[in-house]
Amino acid sequence: MNESSEGNSRTIFGFWIYLMTDCVLFASLFAVYAVLHNNTYGGPSGSTLFSLPYVLGETLLLLTSSFTCGLMMLAASLGKVRHVLAGLVTTFLLGAGFLAMEINEFHHLISDGNGWRRSGFLSSYFTLVGTHGLHIAVGLLWLVLLTVRILRRGLNPSSMRKLTLFSLFWHFLDIIWIFIFTIVYLVGVIKV
Amino acid sequence: MDFHLYDCLLSGSYQGMNKASVQHTRSPGRITLLSYVIGFSASVLLSLEAYILVSRHELSGHGLLIVLVGLALVQLIVQLLFFLHLGRETKPRLRLVALAGVVMVILILVFGSLWIMHNLNYSHNRLLSPSQVNTYINSQDGL
Repeated sequence: MNESSEGNSRTIFGFWIYLMTDCVLFASLFAVYAVLHNNTYGGPSGSTLFSLPYVLGETLLLLTSSFTCGLMMLAASLGKVRHVLAGLVTTFLLGAGFLAMEINEFHHLISDGNGWRRSGFLSSYFTLVGTHGLHIAVGLLWLVLLTVRILRRGLNPSSMRKLTLFSLFWHFLDIIWIFIFTIVYLVGVIKV
Repeated sequence: MDFHLYDCLLSGSYQGMNKASVQHTRSPGRITLLSYVIGFSASVLLSLEAYILVSRHELSGHGLLIVLVGLALVQLIVQLLFFLHLGRETKPRLRLVALAGVVMVILILVFGSLWIMHNLNYSHNRLLSPSQVNTYINSQDGL
């Protein structure tokens, strides 16, 4: 037991290091956004483009999915397979809702002629928020694979490890979103 | 024993458990429902607070900016503690050390970029109109 748990904690620490390097990726994109956010090139700025109630809805969806992901891990630690599956499905639906809202937002921006080619501000906006959305999409795919795995093999130490890694990833994405919500949307709206 | 991993890894000292030992799970190091409920409600409140501050226009300018970033940082700490259970890591706290290192990198990266870019000549381009920017870019082309 000691050996396997040591190996597992090493795996999880390795994944944590990956998450930390992902933080550096997002920090670079935040820095680019911070530098370029005023360069609208005569185009619209954040205060005219963003709808705060809509973004608050996205935020609450993602936050709730982070919460259900935690509940899913709690159920997993108690060995309740049905609860784990319910948690996985709920997390997936909330995450998918978030992604759908984000794609819808992008679609509206682009169809109004405010795509990433419009200005430096919009390029950096789409890069930052799009990279986060891409991570969410990968997370959703991961969720599907986990669900299939749990359905077929049940809860064993190996799937527990995979669930733990996923939960770290998902909570991490929610933390990144806090900063996108604050720095891109909230601050983007107040700075006129 | 099958299900000890998550608790061991995220709550540190907690001993392995299985279905038979569910009864005595109330040891102090255990991750509980309460931890997630606290984390979730605090995060919702902090997000709503930030949203309300912006929509009511009671504060403005730099004051509001500082409050908003402060609220985000508080929410970061809440989620690190209650969702990622960083406080329950056993020694040596390698994950905390890695996080501290990355926070330093992020601060240098973000504030360094902003500092440098504000000192650079072409950050003033935003004061020019698009046609003036084009003229400026064309004049730099031959260099």
